[in-house]
Amino acid sequence: MDITIPVLILAIPLFMFLLLGLAGVKMSHKLAGILGTLGMGTVLVLSYFTAYTYWFSGSPEFIDGTNRLQFTVFNMEWLRFTDFLSIKLGFLLDPISALLLVVITTISFMVHLYSLGYMKGEKGFQRYYAFLSLFSFSMLGLVVATNIFQMYIFWELVGASSFLLIGFFYTLPSAVAACKKAFIVTRFADLGFLIGILILSFYTNQLDFLPMTQNPQGVLSSFGGATFMGASVLTWALVLIFTGGMGKSAMLPLHIWLPDAMEGPTPVSALIHAATMVVAGVYLVARLFPLYMLEDAALTFITVVGAVTAFYAACVACAQIDIKRILAFSTISQIAFMMVSLGVAARNGEVIHEGLGYMASMFHLFTHAMFKALLFLGAGSLIHAVHSNNYTAMGGLRKYMPITHWTFLIGCLAIAGIWPFAGFFSKDEILTACYANSPLWGVWMTVVAGMTAFYMFRMYFLIFWWENPDYAARVKEQEAHGHHASMPHESPLTMTIPLVFLAAVSVCCGWMVPFGELVTYDGHEYHIHIDWSIASMSLVVAFAAIGLAAWLYMKKNDKPARMADSCRWLWTAANRRFYWDEIYLFVTRRIIFDGICKPIAWFDRHIIDGTMNGLAYVTNSLSGAIKGFQSGKVQMYIWWYLVGAVVLGIITAVCVL
Amino acid sequence: MDYSQFLAMKQEIGLLVVFLLIFLFDTFSSRKSAKAVPALSVFLMGVLTLWGFCPLNSADASAFAGMYVTSPVMTAIKNILNVGVLIILVQSVKWANSEFVAIRRGEFYELVLLTLLGMYFMISSRHFLMFIIGLETASLPLCALVAFDKNRYESHEAAIKYVLTAVFSSAVLLMGLSFVYGLCGTLYYDGIAMMCRSQFGVMMAVALAFVMAGFGFKISLVPFHLWTADVYQGAPTPVTSYLSVISKGSAAFAFLVVLTQVFGSLYADAWEWMLYALIILTITIGNLFAMRQVNMKRFLAFSSISQAGYIMLAIIGDNPMGVSALMFYVLVYVFSNLAAFGVIGAIENATGKVDMTDYNGLYKTNPRLAFTMMLAMFSLAGIPPFAGFFSKFFVFTSALNGTGSVALYVLVLIALINTIISLYYYLLVVKAMFINDSDSPVATFRSACSERVGMWICVAGIIGLGIVSYFYDYLLTVVY
Repeated sequence: MDITIPVLILAIPLFMFLLLGLAGVKMSHKLAGILGTLGMGTVLVLSYFTAYTYWFSGSPEFIDGTNRLQFTVFNMEWLRFTDFLSIKLGFLLDPISALLLVVITTISFMVHLYSLGYMKGEKGFQRYYAFLSLFSFSMLGLVVATNIFQMYIFWELVGASSFLLIGFFYTLPSAVAACKKAFIVTRFADLGFLIGILILSFYTNQLDFLPMTQNPQGVLSSFGGATFMGASVLTWALVLIFTGGMGKSAMLPLHIWLPDAMEGPTPVSALIHAATMVVAGVYLVARLFPLYMLEDAALTFITVVGAVTAFYAACVACAQIDIKRILAFSTISQIAFMMVSLGVAARNGEVIHEGLGYMASMFHLFTHAMFKALLFLGAGSLIHAVHSNNYTAMGGLRKYMPITHWTFLIGCLAIAGIWPFAGFFSKDEILTACYANSPLWGVWMTVVAGMTAFYMFRMYFLIFWWENPDYAARVKEQEAHGHHASMPHESPLTMTIPLVFLAAVSVCCGWMVPFGELVTYDGHEYHIHIDWSIASMSLVVAFAAIGLAAWLYMKKNDKPARMADSCRWLWTAANRRFYWDEIYLFVTRRIIFDGICKPIAWFDRHIIDGTMNGLAYVTNSLSGAIKGFQSGKVQMYIWWYLVGAVVLGIITAVCVL
Repeated sequence: MDYSQFLAMKQEIGLLVVFLLIFLFDTFSSRKSAKAVPALSVFLMGVLTLWGFCPLNSADASAFAGMYVTSPVMTAIKNILNVGVLIILVQSVKWANSEFVAIRRGEFYELVLLTLLGMYFMISSRHFLMFIIGLETASLPLCALVAFDKNRYESHEAAIKYVLTAVFSSAVLLMGLSFVYGLCGTLYYDGIAMMCRSQFGVMMAVALAFVMAGFGFKISLVPFHLWTADVYQGAPTPVTSYLSVISKGSAAFAFLVVLTQVFGSLYADAWEWMLYALIILTITIGNLFAMRQVNMKRFLAFSSISQAGYIMLAIIGDNPMGVSALMFYVLVYVFSNLAAFGVIGAIENATGKVDMTDYNGLYKTNPRLAFTMMLAMFSLAGIPPFAGFFSKFFVFTSALNGTGSVALYVLVLIALINTIISLYYYLLVVKAMFINDSDSPVATFRSACSERVGMWICVAGIIGLGIVSYFYDYLLTVVY
């Protein structure tokens, strides 16, 4: 394959970032927005072309009979450490990277387009588009990485661009706090990732993915059965690498940054915190899946973390008021589905059910990106209309915003897993994979799926049905205070086109895309067949949950309030997210800051700084003491020259003799 | 005589032609058309630079009974010098057209190119007679250049200091070489290299020390550096940048050749320890003096002294990796130092200010200049991801790559500690520009097109070489 297009896929967003970042101030908002969108549109076309070529051209580079190959388009050496260890930058094309190319560019392009309307008139519009381009570049670089170090570099870059975008409204203290929190928590997790990389490369002398994943037994033997604290070192390495994924993908207990990250502009939440960056952890595990297969302990760890997170996030989502927070917890829960699916995909070094879990996880990653981006963009459209994030300020909006309403409903149906929407197919595969591994996980995840349907429709009914607040009175009141206000209204075309497009994708992509033929763990085709015994059960559960939500929230009534009252502590605990933030604050402030940091700070201030100041003082006085050396007299210069030459001669003569 | 051997001297002949063209044009042009001299020089130098690159991989060749040789490595180092000279010529266009300089600007270009020719011969010679001719051709015209601002008192003072020290150092060097000749009976590098093991003794050691002292003057190693600060301060800024970058880079390479090829066989016993002492002295004392400088040119003089010490680290390892590390270091140093001098020159041309306190608040009035200066300082200090980090990294690696003795580890450790000290004074400049407030900052001005082009090239070099630091691997392939 020619390398021009892959290079362009990475170069265009980078160029756009530099262009908009450096020259953006001089552009009008419109020009900057259109340039950014056109750039992303080009990347979209190129990525589609690349993915299409990879899957459907049938070229022997990409497919050998029915076996899809992993193809390195280029892999150039960037920094050489030793003869066998060097950092390379390259472009790897295989089923999952092609899949992610499609997902990232689709959502990114939709978000670029949507933001033209959503961010209209915001201060720093050009900067916003520059950061979007930076993020797209970093994310694309991450998924095409040929080696774990390249992935790490781009991993940090997506973290940095996420930081920049969450803190986009940098005059808001809450946004500043949120971006710092996101950065610190994910950075902390990345420490584990880095240590994992170091352990892995220390034993395997290898950073490239392909030699490792194509020969997992070689990796296993290079570890030579080394153990550490009761577990094999390979398990440690894999779990530590997964820690990085836990941070980025907001798994318990490192999930606390994601709900706060909703302080960023809503399209950013759709792009970064729903569809692309947060699935990087899933992608990482999928990328190294042949290695994870070697160690059951690591896979079990992933499964347990995923299952607990899925349940926890679903519980919290039932008791939130802010619609973006509900979507954030729903995202956490859905990513946990993907993690569980990977975790249950293999046991004893053998894949279960022909690697169904792996395929299902990637399938869900794909469908979830589409319908979750749809939901977030829909939420953005609502927030745009009523200027509030809380559902208490909404209600009865279906009449005012028909397009948003219908697309949002499609998104809800998709995530609830109703046939024939996209979520049904992927979620059904995940549940099948869970049951194939153990009934425990099957039942557990079915319950969580039911909860998903419930909280999504709770939100849907509260926004679009429930009571109809007196919007006209509210407008009057606001105008009396001198604020500009208007009745809720449908959003402009730049915002509704992405909604309609994503809704269409959410309806179709489940049954139209022959996913099992395209993405599997070993490149061989997998024939998707729906296991109706499981599917019908999950459908029944979903419908029951939707019915319950309708009964509680369709018309205004006092049942929800009474329920909350009857079980006040539970509701409060769920609303406060089971106090995770408070626990973190306690641990950091009281234990780490007071107990550990203060003594260290004292040591630093008095001993280390004292030493450094002492050294600086010595250096400075030394510098003062010798300043007569530079006398300005040329006679002295030559005298010193002669002394120098003679002393050199003497040194040498002494050395020689 | 076989005239085809002149073909080996492709670059020297090209440079000579360029020199003659400028000389003739300058001599016979009218006063009005003489305005085109800077542009013509830049153009011809650009052509020459390109000419040096083709063919990319030149072959080994020698001429004049082995007195002159050329190889891909030498072509590469000459190309690096060409790029540096080209940047200096571009940066100096505005200065050359200023009121007091305009009348004799042709001389500036002619003398610069003439010294460059001398450096070419210094690098390519394999015979000390040839080497001395090159060295003097590279030294004497520089005295005239230093005294170029003939209306300024400091310029005179600098020139007389330079000329006296240069003459003295030449005398010492020649004395050393006459010892060598007396002992070995030949001035060919190869011949001496074969003989000097058998002639090894106190006399040879003294000769070696004197030769090193002669080089120490050109590269400004402590304690042969004392002229540097006064000369850098007094000379016109383009001449200072030429002295600090081109003159030093070429001498460092010639030093490498002489040490490794002529005295290489004495390695373990003799010149390693001399160089060892010189490096420690140079880096440390250069740093200690740089800390207290007020004048920016003087400041860069001491900074360039300590940088010279780092360059010497590439020689002490005595391995092929050191050759490429040295070339990479010189290349990066060309971009970083010329960026700094470009900013200093631009501000000096616009306002006449050269003190560090004048740079207070520069970021607010001239953000681009402040940014360029910051990049230059970061690169000189060796902060990643800029080129300077990688050049230091490679130099350190090459120093440890050979024997890897404990003494070398200690040396690299001392060098590392010194980078921390250097960070202090490089950041002082950045602090002045970005943090300190000033009542009378440098007024906002638009630097001349030529100056901007020069700085753009340097900035591109600093950032670009940081990103494509694997360019170093290319240099390695040239060396092996």
